[in-house]
Amino acid sequence: MSTGLSIFVTVISLFTIFGCAYLLWWCWTDKMGVEEGKSMGHNFDGIEELNNPLPAWWTYMFIAMIIFGLGYLVAYPGLGNYPGLFKWKSAHLDVRSLEDIEKAKALAEQNGERVQYEREIARGKEITEPVFAKFRDRPVEDIARDPVAVQIGRRLFLQNCAQCHGADARGGVGFPNLTDNDWLYGGSAAAIKETLVKGRIAAMPGWEAALGDEGIKNMAAYVLSLSGRKVDATEAAAGKAQYALCAACHGAEGKGSVLSFTDPAQQAIGAPNLTDDIWLYGGSRRAVEATLRHGLAGVMPAWQQILGDDKIHLLTAYVYSLSNQPVN
Amino acid sequence: MTQATSAPEYNYTVVRQFSVMAVIWGIVGMAVGVLIAAQLKWPVLNFDIPWLTYSRLRPLHTNAVIFAFGTSALMATSFYIVQRTCQTRLFCGWLASFVFWGWQAVIVAAAITLPLGLTSSKEYAELEWPIDILITLVWVAYAVVFFGTLVKRTTSHIYVANWFFGAFIITVAVLHIVNSMAIPVSLWKSYSIYAGAVDAMVQWWYGHNAVGFLLTAGFLGMMYYFVPKQAERPVFSYRLSIVHFWALISLYIWAGPHHLHYTALPDWAQSLGMVMSLILFVPSWGGMINGIMTLSGAWHKLRTDPILRFLIVSLSFYGMSTFEGPMMAIKTVNALSHYTDWTIGHVHSGALGWVAMVSIGALYHMLPKLFDQERMYSTQLINVHFWLATIGVVLYIVAMWISGVMQGLMWRAVNDDGTLTYNFVQSLQASYDFYFLRFVGGCFFLSGMLLMAYNAWRTISAPKGELRAEAQPA
Repeated sequence: MSTGLSIFVTVISLFTIFGCAYLLWWCWTDKMGVEEGKSMGHNFDGIEELNNPLPAWWTYMFIAMIIFGLGYLVAYPGLGNYPGLFKWKSAHLDVRSLEDIEKAKALAEQNGERVQYEREIARGKEITEPVFAKFRDRPVEDIARDPVAVQIGRRLFLQNCAQCHGADARGGVGFPNLTDNDWLYGGSAAAIKETLVKGRIAAMPGWEAALGDEGIKNMAAYVLSLSGRKVDATEAAAGKAQYALCAACHGAEGKGSVLSFTDPAQQAIGAPNLTDDIWLYGGSRRAVEATLRHGLAGVMPAWQQILGDDKIHLLTAYVYSLSNQPVN
Repeated sequence: MTQATSAPEYNYTVVRQFSVMAVIWGIVGMAVGVLIAAQLKWPVLNFDIPWLTYSRLRPLHTNAVIFAFGTSALMATSFYIVQRTCQTRLFCGWLASFVFWGWQAVIVAAAITLPLGLTSSKEYAELEWPIDILITLVWVAYAVVFFGTLVKRTTSHIYVANWFFGAFIITVAVLHIVNSMAIPVSLWKSYSIYAGAVDAMVQWWYGHNAVGFLLTAGFLGMMYYFVPKQAERPVFSYRLSIVHFWALISLYIWAGPHHLHYTALPDWAQSLGMVMSLILFVPSWGGMINGIMTLSGAWHKLRTDPILRFLIVSLSFYGMSTFEGPMMAIKTVNALSHYTDWTIGHVHSGALGWVAMVSIGALYHMLPKLFDQERMYSTQLINVHFWLATIGVVLYIVAMWISGVMQGLMWRAVNDDGTLTYNFVQSLQASYDFYFLRFVGGCFFLSGMLLMAYNAWRTISAPKGELRAEAQPA
C-alpha cells in the first residue's frame, strides 16, 4: 500500500472511531434544551420522543469497546501500513514463490515477527516429530506389520489418497486397486515409495489412425483373448498379426512392462498386463476398443513436496500392507 | 394537536400492494427454505431435476426472503411511515406505482433465472446484469419517492424512523451499484470487474452491509414507528436515537472484512473489520434498548397484545444476534465458527427472529388500517402465529448452534500424527439429526405464515368497518 493510501486509511478509520466517541460525549452531556425525561415536543403521527439520558451501563460499555478497539489497533496491524506493536502477521501473505517464502521467513525471524501460520506449523511439527521418529529408521516391510504405523498410514491415506483410490483402496475406473497385488510399477516397498515420491505418468497412445476401424476391432478381440475371453477367432488372428505394435510396451506375451522391473536397465512404463483380466479402464469390449482407439493418459501426482519423507514412509507401509497381509 | 389517523390524503394503494405481496413472498421464500432444509436431510428431494437442486434453490430462497419478502415489507412500511410521520401524501404517485411493479418484475425475473442456473455467483447478488440494471432503476425511483416525500413534509423535524429508511435507501443503492459492476459477455452471463481478494472484499463489503443497511437499518426504521405506535408510548430517548443511529451507520460500513478472516485479504483489513464489528455491538444494542424501554409503563400490554409481543420479541432476537455477530467477528471465535452451521444459525436468528418477526408485527398493525378495519380478523390466530414463529426460530437456531459448534470442533480435531480425527463425511453424518430439527423449526415458522395469510385474507375481504376493536381489559 502506498504511503498516501496508508495515511488515508488511517485517518478515516480513526475519524470513525473518534467520531463515535465525540458523538457519545455530545449526547451524554444533554444539549437538547429540554428538561431531562420530558418530551422533546416533537409529534409524529402521535409519536412523541422523550429526552431521557443515555443508559449509564450502555455508555460505559461503549467507552470500553472504543478503548479496546483502539488498543487492538495499537497492538495489531489495522491502520494502513502500521505493523502493530506485537509484530503479528497471520501469514506471509505477499509471497509469490517458494524462494520468496524462505526469504520472508528469514526476514521475519530477523525482525522478531510473530507469524501465526508459521508458529502453528512449527508447533504441529513438535507434536508429530516424536510420532514419526519411531518409524523413520525402520524398513517399510517391518513397520507394515506394526498396527500403529499402519493406523497412521491409513489416516494419511484417507486424507490424501482416498479421493482417487477410494476409502477401501480398491480404486475405481482409471484409479488402480491397491489391494489386489497387481502392480503397474512394481509392488516392492521401494517401487511403491518411488511411485509416491515421484508420481507416475502413463501414456497409452491412440491407434485409430494407424489401425483403422477394422484393425481396432480385431486388436480388441486379440487383447481380450489374452485373458481367456471368448472372441471371434478370425478377428483375433487378424489382431495378433499386428500385435508387434503393442509388444514394445506390453511385451511379446502381453504380460506388461512390470516384468522389466527385474531388469534395472529397462524403465518401468506402467504398461498393464493384458493377460490377467484386471482392467483399469474397464474390460468390456466397448471399453477396450475405446482405449485402443483414443489412448489414455494416467497420472499419479508426486507427493514429495506435499507430504515429505516421514508421511510417505508410513503411507508406503500402509499400501504395502494391503497386499502383503501377514500369514497367521 | 390534531392527528390524521386514516386521512384520505395518503397514498395507501402502493402500501396495500406491497403489504399483500410481502405476505405472499414471505410464504414463497420460506417454503423454498423449508424445501432446501429438507433436501439436506433427504437429498432424494432433489428429484434429479436440475432446477430443484439445492445449489439453485438456495440463492432463490435467500433472494426471495431478503429481496421479495423483506424488501416488500420495507417498501410497504417506509411508504406508510414516511407519509404519516411527514403528514403529507406520497411524492409522485405514478413513480411509486413504478417502484411496486418494477420490484415485482425483479422478483419474478429472479424466480425464473435462478432455478435456470443463471447466476453471477456473488452471494446475495446472484442476479445477472440485465436484472441488476432494473434493480438500479427501481431503487432510484424508490429513493426519489421517499426523499421527495420527506422534502414536502409538513412537520418541522424528520422522524427517526425516516433517518433509518433514508440511510438504508442511499447505502443499498451505493452497495448494489458498486458490487454489481460487471462486464457482460452475453445477455445472461457477465464477469465481475474486480478480481481476487479485491473482488472478495467488495463482495463482503456489499454482503455485510446488505445485512447492516437493509436487514438492520431498514427494519430499525420499521421498529421506530410500530413499537411506539402499538405500545402507545413515547420513544424512550431521543438522544439515544441520535447516537445509535450515527454510530451504527458509520461503523457498519467497515464490518465486511470479518467475513474474510484468515484469507488472502491483507491483515490490516481483517483487523480493522474485526475492531469495527466489535465496537458496532454497542450502537446495535442502542436500538434494542430504545425499542424495549419505549415499553416503560406499558409492559402489561404484552399479556394481551400478540402484535406487541411480535415486536418486542423481535427486538430481543435483534439484541441476541447483534451480540453474537460481533463475537463471531473475533478472529479466534471465527476460526471455529466460520464455514459451519453456526453462521447459518446466526443469520436466521437475525432473519427469522428479528427481520421476519418485526415485519409480521408491523404488517398486523398496518393491515387493518390499510383496509378500513379496526383490527385483524382474529387476534387469537395472531397469538397462535406468535408461538409458532417463536418456537420455530428457537428450534432452528438451537439446532444450528449445536451442529455448528460440533462441526467446528470436528473439523479442527487433529491426531498426534497431524492427521484429521474426523473426515468431512463424518461431520456431515453427525449433523443429520440437527438438519432434521432445523427442518421442523422451519415448518413451524412457515405454518405461522400460512395462518397469517388466512388472517390477512379474512381481514381484507371483510366488509369495511366490520371488524371492531375488542374491549381492552383495564
